Amino acid sequence: MPADELRSLYQEIILEHNKNPRNFRVMADADVTLEGYNPLCGDHYTVYLKIEGEVVKDVSFKGSGCAISKASASVMSTMVKGKTRQEAERLFDRFHALVTGKPDQSVNLDEIGSMAAFAGVSEFPARVKCASLAWHTLHAALENKQEAITTE
Amino acid sequence: MLAQPLMKGSPVQVSPFDVERLRRDFPILRTSVRGKPLIYLDNAATTQKPQVMIDALRRYYEAQNANIHRGVHYLSELGTKLYEDVRQKAKDFVRADDWREVIFVKGTTEAINLVASTYGRSRVNEGDEIVISGMEHHSNIVPWQMLCGEKNAKLRVIPLNDAGELLLDEYERLLTPTTRLVAVAHVSNALGTVNPLRQIIAMAHAKGIPVLVDGAQAVPHMKVDVRELDCDFYAFSAHKMYGPTGIGILYGKSSFLQDMPPYQGGGDMIKSVTFEKTLFNDLPYKFEAGTPNIADTIAFGATLDYLQSLDWTTLTQYEHDLLTYATEQLTEIRGLKVIGTAREKAGVLSFTLENIHPHDIGTILDQEGIAVRTGHHCAQPVMIRYDVPATVRASFAFYNTREEVDALVRGIHKVVEVFA
Repeated sequence: MPADELRSLYQEIILEHNKNPRNFRVMADADVTLEGYNPLCGDHYTVYLKIEGEVVKDVSFKGSGCAISKASASVMSTMVKGKTRQEAERLFDRFHALVTGKPDQSVNLDEIGSMAAFAGVSEFPARVKCASLAWHTLHAALENKQEAITTE
Repeated sequence: MLAQPLMKGSPVQVSPFDVERLRRDFPILRTSVRGKPLIYLDNAATTQKPQVMIDALRRYYEAQNANIHRGVHYLSELGTKLYEDVRQKAKDFVRADDWREVIFVKGTTEAINLVASTYGRSRVNEGDEIVISGMEHHSNIVPWQMLCGEKNAKLRVIPLNDAGELLLDEYERLLTPTTRLVAVAHVSNALGTVNPLRQIIAMAHAKGIPVLVDGAQAVPHMKVDVRELDCDFYAFSAHKMYGPTGIGILYGKSSFLQDMPPYQGGGDMIKSVTFEKTLFNDLPYKFEAGTPNIADTIAFGATLDYLQSLDWTTLTQYEHDLLTYATEQLTEIRGLKVIGTAREKAGVLSFTLENIHPHDIGTILDQEGIAVRTGHHCAQPVMIRYDVPATVRASFAFYNTREEVDALVRGIHKVVEVFA
């Protein structure tokens, strides 16, 4: 790969999730379905949630976009599945801080797991929206927003 | 290198076409980005600026600054002369008949909005139609859409073929007794298509319909002659033709401009004002309310002098050859698809790579010091027409070289490597 900077953005984990996105499917019996759209570059995903009580039992997504947005959606789906709403929201906060370059000092690497691969995004301001799209859509879905999310 | 700013009436002949020499006139081309020499291929968004323009801008603020048109003091008279000289230069550049047909605006977008809100508002009524094309920039769509919304008029769109050429037989059918205006790009910013303007204009005129041309992407690449085209309005921006941002030109035939109501009210656009009645100024000032963008206009004059000093026959040929070379080189890359393959093209090479999003391509090329545009290029209907979310657009100027095209090709191979 060309430059160190670039390697910090396109981590192996990101390239791998982009190639083989997890939970990349329509969920016919989803309890919550919400669209996320990044008009600037055309990233467009739908996030599906299956919720039982306070627990997000299942997460999936479908759509198209750049490698960063797709890998981020994939990682999000694996991390949030089985978490409570509160835990999911906490992960959203963590991710947001990570990609906007404000990582919490007390951040526990075990807790953020694969999410850590996105730390390099903060060096690429134009790409923060790509990385955040699925997470913002999740956040809005958990708050029962009905309208499609856009990053603009 | 043109070390001294050019004075009016003393064009320097630069021939034959010597790209290395011309590159030295643009200081930014000597800079580096991310540790690599800058390769600037985003010229359709804005071009780089020659030293003579930068010098003129600086000189104005350092030694010439004053408000124009009303002062009796030395600097005001000097500023007025420098400013009005640019109107003459712009008139000469597009070969208009009369300096009064040259209106200074902020840019192409404002020029189109001016026509929409003056000519459009006074001439378009319920049930009337405006014809635009399927390859327009948002700035030649939205003002007409807003006008149609306000007047309950209809917006009709000339379709494109797969190559990105207008379907002229379809266009012919769209010209009806209720068509009030045709508004069309000279060159498409997303596809690079050069439209057959003379034919488009003649077809509209045969039915008594005026034509506005969005010339923003044409003026940097070819000599435009508004009289030969016989267009009724021609809009363009200085910053896309090696001039400063914030200044543009609306050319309009005086027969139209005379009858059009003013655009904005204020100082400069009036002859006299009382609380009972205002007498509007003559052309072109009727359309220029308020203190204009004096500094950038004067700097634009230096750009126009510079451009007039170039040999446009060799320049146009050089650019054409460069675009052909780039198209050939890129087409050889597996999975690369060129969007926009019209027979007549200028300046723009839009493409997609199989399974790799344009944004990722743009970021990786940026690491190589290569500036391209990725996205919808303010032409979302074009993206929909070709069923792509976005494209990568490499757009060229006369200072670009084959070596830079080769670097782009190497950059794209790196992209493919990363995502293999």
